[in-house]
Amino acid sequence: MEDHKKFRLLVKAIYRLLLSLFGLFAVMVFTLLFIMYNPDLFKKADLNVGEEKQYVAVTDEEDFDKIENGIHLRTGLVDAEGLMTVVNNCTNCHSAKLVTQNRMNKERWVSTIRWMQETQNLWDLGPNEEVIVNYLVTNYPPSKKGRREILKDIEWYVLK
Amino acid sequence: MKRRNFVKKAVLGTMTSVIGAEIVFGTTLPNGYIPLGLQDPDPFKMFDKDRGMEVLNDKPWNIEAKAHLLDDKITPNSSMFIRNNGLIPENIDASTWTLTIDGESVKQKKTYSLSELKSKFPQYTYQLTLECGGNGRSEFDPPAKGNQWTVGAVSCANWTGVRLRDILADVGVKEDAVYIGYHATDVHLSRDPNKEPISRGAPMQKALQDETLIAFQMNGKDIPLAHGYPLRLVAGGWPASVSGKWINRISVRNVVHDGTKMTGDAYRVPCNPVAPGEKVKDEDMCIIESMPLKSLITYPKTGATISTGKTLDIRGHAWAGELEVSKMEYSIDFGSTWRECTLDKPANRLAWQHFRASVDFPKKGYYEVWAKATDTRGNSQPMLLPGWNPKGYLNNACHRIAIKVI
Repeated sequence: MEDHKKFRLLVKAIYRLLLSLFGLFAVMVFTLLFIMYNPDLFKKADLNVGEEKQYVAVTDEEDFDKIENGIHLRTGLVDAEGLMTVVNNCTNCHSAKLVTQNRMNKERWVSTIRWMQETQNLWDLGPNEEVIVNYLVTNYPPSKKGRREILKDIEWYVLK
Repeated sequence: MKRRNFVKKAVLGTMTSVIGAEIVFGTTLPNGYIPLGLQDPDPFKMFDKDRGMEVLNDKPWNIEAKAHLLDDKITPNSSMFIRNNGLIPENIDASTWTLTIDGESVKQKKTYSLSELKSKFPQYTYQLTLECGGNGRSEFDPPAKGNQWTVGAVSCANWTGVRLRDILADVGVKEDAVYIGYHATDVHLSRDPNKEPISRGAPMQKALQDETLIAFQMNGKDIPLAHGYPLRLVAGGWPASVSGKWINRISVRNVVHDGTKMTGDAYRVPCNPVAPGEKVKDEDMCIIESMPLKSLITYPKTGATISTGKTLDIRGHAWAGELEVSKMEYSIDFGSTWRECTLDKPANRLAWQHFRASVDFPKKGYYEVWAKATDTRGNSQPMLLPGWNPKGYLNNACHRIAIKVI
């Protein structure tokens, strides 16, 4: 009789132990999943904030206005006097490619600016206008093509 | 875990610095999803274009094909040029898309849903040539302002839709109607919501042609986003700017439509010929209607070397705006002598026509194969640049490829 009672108590104790162990396990799994799906939860306590800033800084300082072989890499504009004034005023609305693929004299660059001011919401450039126009006329002047150019830049290949 | 979070945050940090603003809800971005503002770097992937295409401008997007990429009889999306005046609209919902017909010359204003358009009117499919008015601009001297297109701003795909004339008949048009003008959802470069990047149109006579479609399919599928999804106007044979993309409104006007890029020197040429570089007053500029006669050698690609005695098979397409091409010729001696090509009839009116020829070269050396089309009125393509105009439109000088016989 006593043995039977003891046995029952023992089974109950094991049962409770297992139950609490499983309970704990379930809570752990739940917590883990919760963190996995809500990575923001421990953001402030996390170590990432500092490193994130560092990562950004590298991009900003080293690459943003890098110049290679006389070309401002980010825009493709020629590195010359007035470059950053052009970058800051002429690449907000449209790509710099619209500048670099065109060739005009002073009068026509100025009239292009006027057209943008009249119809495209370009602001008054003030004293920057002279800087910009000088940059454009010096670096992107018209080229003589005549009535028809010869075929250029041909990539020769063997036709099979 | 920590590592993954760190990588995600670091990447987000970089994205934030590139975009110049915090990405709200950044950490809940689905994995593998790239924010729209960052999709710019690979236009070929974004627009599903051949990597041989040339990006002329990335804001707004302007991309052209090369002659050899246009070899297909029906232009696939992969080699279709992209011409934009503004920014491509975002968050398009075709299920709520509507087309409104209004203007001074409608009897009543009427709005159709996309499904109404598809069910109410008979559908038609035409193969239609769309060429940018400025195709070939890069050759003008003095140079003309704008995207410097070479030869690849032309396409001829199958377009499916309903006839604009059927819609206009359903709406009811007054007798004083002279022009239609489209309005669309693309965004002005300055992001000013009160400005339209482009709003052009066509005279009633063109609007009422059988082939002028309000299209919802290109080559049997939904129109790709960059080409006007979910609805665009297609007016073959005219400057492609008439074929407005992402349209949600068409105004029937009792005056020549005066929307953006209809006035000044946009899509206009001097009414009377001028000397290169000459100043032309606005009132002396006339709106371009039909595109001129033109052709393109699409095979072989320029730069081919072949061995002596070998016959070279060439082929390509020719088109003539509102007209048809009646004769196609080629020359290997800079236009001294011409030989005729085999020329197919168009699949339908306003579709380009295919030509082919077998070319023999007399001896070793450098050659240029020149192509020249003649239309049903007897006009031929010029060998040199045609009349100079301030914006560099309508260059239909003959196409040339270089060949070396060794």
